Amino acid sequence: MSTTIELKSISKYFGSVIALKDISISVNSGEVLCLLGDNGAGKSTLIKTLAGVHQPDEGDMFLEGKKILFDSPRDALDRGIATVYQDLALVPLMSVTRNFFMGREPVRGFWPFRRFDSDFADRVAKERMDEIGIKVRDPHQAVGTMSGGERQCLAIARAIYFGAKVLILDEPTAALGVKQSLMVLRFVARARTRGLAVILITHNVHHAFPVGDRFTLLNRGHSMGTFGKDEIDQNSLQTMMAGGKELQDLDETLREEKEFQVAAP
Amino acid sequence: MADPLDTENGSQASSDERLRDVSFLSRQLNKPELGAISGAVLVFVFFGLTAGGTGMFAPDGILNWSTVSAQLGLIAIGACLLMIAGEFDLSIGSMIGFAGIMIAVPTVYWDWPVWLSIIFAFAGAMSIGFINGYIVVRTGLPSFIVSLAFLFILRGLTIGLSQFFTNRTIIGGVRDIAEEQNDWMAPLFGGKAFQGFFQWLGDNGWIETFADGTPLVSGIPAVILWFLGLVIVCQWMLLKTRFGNWIFASGGDAVAARNVGVPASRVKIMLFMFTAFCATVYAACQVIEFGSAAADRGLLKEFEAIIAAVIGGTLLTGGYGSVVGACFGALIFGVVQMGIFFLGIDSSWFRVFLGGMLLIAVIFNNFIRKKVTEAR
Repeated sequence: MSTTIELKSISKYFGSVIALKDISISVNSGEVLCLLGDNGAGKSTLIKTLAGVHQPDEGDMFLEGKKILFDSPRDALDRGIATVYQDLALVPLMSVTRNFFMGREPVRGFWPFRRFDSDFADRVAKERMDEIGIKVRDPHQAVGTMSGGERQCLAIARAIYFGAKVLILDEPTAALGVKQSLMVLRFVARARTRGLAVILITHNVHHAFPVGDRFTLLNRGHSMGTFGKDEIDQNSLQTMMAGGKELQDLDETLREEKEFQVAAP
Repeated sequence: MADPLDTENGSQASSDERLRDVSFLSRQLNKPELGAISGAVLVFVFFGLTAGGTGMFAPDGILNWSTVSAQLGLIAIGACLLMIAGEFDLSIGSMIGFAGIMIAVPTVYWDWPVWLSIIFAFAGAMSIGFINGYIVVRTGLPSFIVSLAFLFILRGLTIGLSQFFTNRTIIGGVRDIAEEQNDWMAPLFGGKAFQGFFQWLGDNGWIETFADGTPLVSGIPAVILWFLGLVIVCQWMLLKTRFGNWIFASGGDAVAARNVGVPASRVKIMLFMFTAFCATVYAACQVIEFGSAAADRGLLKEFEAIIAAVIGGTLLTGGYGSVVGACFGALIFGVVQMGIFFLGIDSSWFRVFLGGMLLIAVIFNNFIRKKVTEAR
């Protein structure tokens, strides 16, 4: 198993704010790394650094062993690092096919008669959606008619089709119901089987644990360590992430309030 | 390692995702131009029954309303594409006046050849379209406001500059100069096509002729050919090319479009320039045919163009619409306007009809949009 992408001691500052401090992660192909952390832990900054939106202030990034520095998101994309953000970059009024190939439309013919190769595009879009178990009867159906899980899968399928080696998923299950989440996670597992390196950002341990191979915990810009699946269980992961102490405190506060209420009348 | 997610009913992945059968009819209903086409049929049936004997459907009557429709259709195409890309241009009408002056002043007062004046007008109008679009894209302000500003700026400039250069607001004599110079470009805008064919029809007694044997309808005005040509090119471009996909994407969700590499700003600026181009074609046809430019030309045309686009099924919010629909919108417009004239009804009623039609179209479009995007 080769290391696809590796970050060594990455730091990022915004003025006086330390957004990331000394973060090191690595993901191999055929592996899912889960980035866990509460709001403000630095997850977004980290993926934006990976995606080429931000440049790190300190530290190095390596892609397939070579040192890299991305100038722009486009640059990262061209090198096979695809990020699926929460807004998915889909247009609800447009058809499945048009969304699938948006910005990268296949064309045929010579200018000025060069045209969108819709037969090819329809076929590919339908095939790819069929492959992940979403039956698109009509590739011209508007994306707005699809469920949240299907949209998420469409966005991921699109990223994979356009040659992603590293797939970064930003909270793919955050807005989804239970079944929809399972649909997406199943697809993530399949992407791993195909040999992609997947970085899954989430704060839901229940979603992360079944698909993840390794887990990196972030807290206030610092890494709290990376654990293999065999090194940690779901509960301790949850406790570490939520800050065990705080949960315990809440528990106690609630108990005291209850006792107080019982005692009061 | 056995993956719990892969074994857990992985094969029947979407069995719980209900797939609705969409009938052929319902799919046709999702086409944006359907409303306008059926509206046009209704309008034709209505005037066919009521105005059949008034000469509305004689060759010169047909020429009459098709010219009106084609003129409006020209700018409706520009307005429609820009609306699909998510922006408005309220300066179309003022641009018509301004472009007309840009043709007439150099021709009549500066002794430029007509073709050079026309090219100058196109270049000038499209540069203003570029500025308009650039401001919208760079500031992120609603195009409604930016182009409203240009509505006043251009109208004021049109009157002010024509006063400054010529001391008047109506500049005549362009046609005479074009004929005198035997200008090669003028007939492209003010000429009539297929004159031989119409003469032949007249000679055979198939269409009405004047006493001297020249037919009442001597040919198809250039504006109609411009209109038909642009409809075909633009509808093809919208539905069948990469740029067409970018137009839909830019209007549907500009942020999403940019995130996947669509140059949404460039698309919008180009379409602002295209509406200016359409307005200039309109102006050139008018100036060459009538021989004069007037500073009040094109008044309120921006609203008529937007109304035609909306009747044609284009959403005010962008991302959805059709050029063919906008053309049928313009056709309804022209037929009703002229039909009311042929019937001898007070033309005030035309405005009542127009307002009512607009309201119905917007409500209908809203319903269609909900249907298209409704989540299951």
